[in-house]
Amino acid sequence: MFFSIAAYLALAIFTAGLLYKIFTWFRSSISIGSSEIPLWERVLSTLRGILLTLFSVKIFTLLKVFILDVVLNRRILREDALRWLMHMSIYGGFVLLVVMHALGRYTSAALFANYASTINPFFFLRDLFGALVLVGVVIAIYRRFIMKIPRLMTRRMDIYAIVLVAAIICSGILLEGAKMASSTVYQQMVEDYASLSDPTEARALEAYWVQEFGVVSPEVKGPFDAGTIARGKELHNMNCAQCHSKAPWAFAGYGAARVIRPFAVGMDKLNAPGLLWYIHVFACLIGLAYLPFSKMFHIIASPLSLLANAVMEQGKSAPAAIATRQMMELDACTHCGTCTMCCSVAAALEEIPNINILPSEKIVSIKALASGRELTTKELKAIQEGVYLCTNCYRCTVVCPVGINLQELWFHVREVLLQKGLPELSLLSPLSFYRGLMREEIGHRDYQRPLLKARKAIADKGDVQKGTPKAQVLPLPRRDGEFKGRLSLSAQASTFSVCFGCQTCTNACPVVAYYDNPQEHLGLLPHQIMHACALGIRGLAFGSNMLWDCLTCYQCQEQCPQGVCVTDVLYELKNCIVASVGEQAARAVRTR
Amino acid sequence: MKQFALFLGCTIPARLTHYESASRAVLEALDVSVVDIKAFNCCGYPLRNIDFKAFVQLSARNLALTEQQGLPIMALCQCCFGSLKKAHHLLKEDGSLRKEVNAVLAKEGLHYGGGAEVRHLLQVLYHEVGIKAIKKRITRPFAGLTIAAHYGCHVLRPSTIVQFDDPVSPTLFDELVGATGAVSVTWQRRLECCGAPLRGVNDELSTALAKKKLEAGKGAGAAYLCVACPFCQIQFDTVQGGTLSRGEKDHPLPSLLYPQLLGLCLGIDKKALGLEANQVLIQGIEGFLAQGRKRREASPPEDRGEGRQQGVQRSRGEV
Repeated sequence: MFFSIAAYLALAIFTAGLLYKIFTWFRSSISIGSSEIPLWERVLSTLRGILLTLFSVKIFTLLKVFILDVVLNRRILREDALRWLMHMSIYGGFVLLVVMHALGRYTSAALFANYASTINPFFFLRDLFGALVLVGVVIAIYRRFIMKIPRLMTRRMDIYAIVLVAAIICSGILLEGAKMASSTVYQQMVEDYASLSDPTEARALEAYWVQEFGVVSPEVKGPFDAGTIARGKELHNMNCAQCHSKAPWAFAGYGAARVIRPFAVGMDKLNAPGLLWYIHVFACLIGLAYLPFSKMFHIIASPLSLLANAVMEQGKSAPAAIATRQMMELDACTHCGTCTMCCSVAAALEEIPNINILPSEKIVSIKALASGRELTTKELKAIQEGVYLCTNCYRCTVVCPVGINLQELWFHVREVLLQKGLPELSLLSPLSFYRGLMREEIGHRDYQRPLLKARKAIADKGDVQKGTPKAQVLPLPRRDGEFKGRLSLSAQASTFSVCFGCQTCTNACPVVAYYDNPQEHLGLLPHQIMHACALGIRGLAFGSNMLWDCLTCYQCQEQCPQGVCVTDVLYELKNCIVASVGEQAARAVRTR
Repeated sequence: MKQFALFLGCTIPARLTHYESASRAVLEALDVSVVDIKAFNCCGYPLRNIDFKAFVQLSARNLALTEQQGLPIMALCQCCFGSLKKAHHLLKEDGSLRKEVNAVLAKEGLHYGGGAEVRHLLQVLYHEVGIKAIKKRITRPFAGLTIAAHYGCHVLRPSTIVQFDDPVSPTLFDELVGATGAVSVTWQRRLECCGAPLRGVNDELSTALAKKKLEAGKGAGAAYLCVACPFCQIQFDTVQGGTLSRGEKDHPLPSLLYPQLLGLCLGIDKKALGLEANQVLIQGIEGFLAQGRKRREASPPEDRGEGRQQGVQRSRGEV
């Protein structure tokens, strides 16, 4: 009765959670331009896509992917054999346990007429599968907490998942061990299944079980003489052997029974088997109810992600369906960290302490973003910077074990965030190369706006000088005494002080040469920037567009007769601006 | 047989895979063996605008990895090459910076002692293989082919650090082009920037600089542009192909990667060279190979540029 209520409750929570999750795949979105697509269109185009795929040759692709990637975890094996072993053990063992043991009443019992959980092969297999899962859990713990893989982050959700699986399996093994050792359980079995005529027979059988099956009896204790054991064996064969294989076959439970031997009588008195049964069943039901809300939801979403990505193509699939798939992919992520381990820029985290640089952590933040929760400016800024600090090398997408199209996800999230209007200075770096190539996908207005925003954020920081005002009296620019000293990230940058203003750098610059009236577009020209640095006029040096329109082609530096490292000075100024605008933004957030 | 750690960087595997396959095929044909180090990361170049330390850190990680293997590192990209060289130089000169960087590297059990040797593909071909040896291996030299060789900024400058060739009048690339039998033309702007660093930042300027270069190359009588850098190639090929499709430019100068040019003469399979992966088609160049010459000479002089014209039209239809 209690079990039924708890089981139905867990199942109800699981179903409600599952439906809610699927609903969010259609409701929320993090794709460019998908917020205008109505819900019904998202549902329809997804269904249409699924049906069209199922009734086309693509079905064979799906089958192949299902067998190789979903069932056999090929993509994990490609990256790391140890992790493949870990995942196969946990998931293989668990699935088999669910089918054979948890649902035994509907599966094993239905398939095999003489099924009994205590008879081989089921008796042995149950323990084998449980042990498999346990091996996987041990590898997982070793990987997460002992191996110290650089930049592999472990979050609470990862710990919960490991704890839950470990709790289910360990309580199960302990339960089996406690039952094996329990004299009460033994007596119950004798009562139910054995027909013994007199107390000597009962004693002989019990002696046999104490010796061979790990039962710990308060009365019957060894050593026993050979005659008693032989009689016990005979009785066992007559009464029990049909439905009960020898206990050591269930090696995990038998091992547990041996370990708890000294306390077995006391435990039995406290009804340990009953208690452990509750713990085991509760752990399983909590796992079921919590599944849609935990990282274990990947059991459902990851296969879908693998299958969907095998047949969907950018440009060909409907944007409404892509928006839905991207939401589903967020749930498919197992936070395994494969993407982060191969990320081209992950090591930058050591210098730029923004966890969102790591792809595996970006996903977590994007989940929060997609959930519709109100994020603070600081959080948004951090996600935006993290998504932008990416060289678009596709490595994460190539290795993702669940086939998430991360590259596409970054591209969409980047644009969605940039349109929110927070300036992103990384836009003014070669990191924008990819965005430049993808210009057509973005749309002209949306493409230019963030660039202008970034330039404006810098202009607000410095004194921008456009053109050469003639009839206007200029205020004396503010000098910053410490500014010169701060330009010292690299030895090259301090060379500006030997500039004698010959303008060779400016004359060599292809950017300056391109404009008819360079000062109008660029502000200070290279030699003027060197001069401003020497004078410590920070505002002027910072405000020049020249810095961001610099090709870094090193013509200026190469040709300088004084050995001023012009390009390197420009680099350093850019670094200073990025740092100070960042500080300013942080301050603004704090005062808000 | 000399061995190198192949440094592909981010752009080639993502957007220019045929540069990788062509380079591997050519290097194999010339008995240069390459080792792949999976743990390599970004060279740091795109982060230089934002954070100097992050740039050095990323670069140093690659240098440490290659030093650990005891192999010289070979870049296929001018920007990767320039960044690795720069970081190598800084770490050699600046003891305190090296200490700081190594403290971070130590977290992953890495250390950079300053002993890495940074090479560019062109340097390897020129210095390690040698023009003579290349010429010996060539089975079908080009004839009557004019090429504008584009060096790319970051192999040339800053010359004190990259030490690639004379920054004012380099010849290394021209000699390599010459080795294939093609004529490397002298052209204006040959040492200037392709404009790629401003792609996405100032597209107008970026495109204008690329256009100017293409026009200068064409003006000097070149039939093709030849590069050895993914950024330059994307700028001259992908972007040229893009503007071409909108009718902004009528007479493009198709661009190809040096290993494609050399590979054709070495008789390497066209698939490995990825000729078809180029946006502005370059198949016409095969008409300049020595054995195809007879057929070409038989046709009237107007048809000289036949292959090229065909390429242009086909690319227009496709893009």
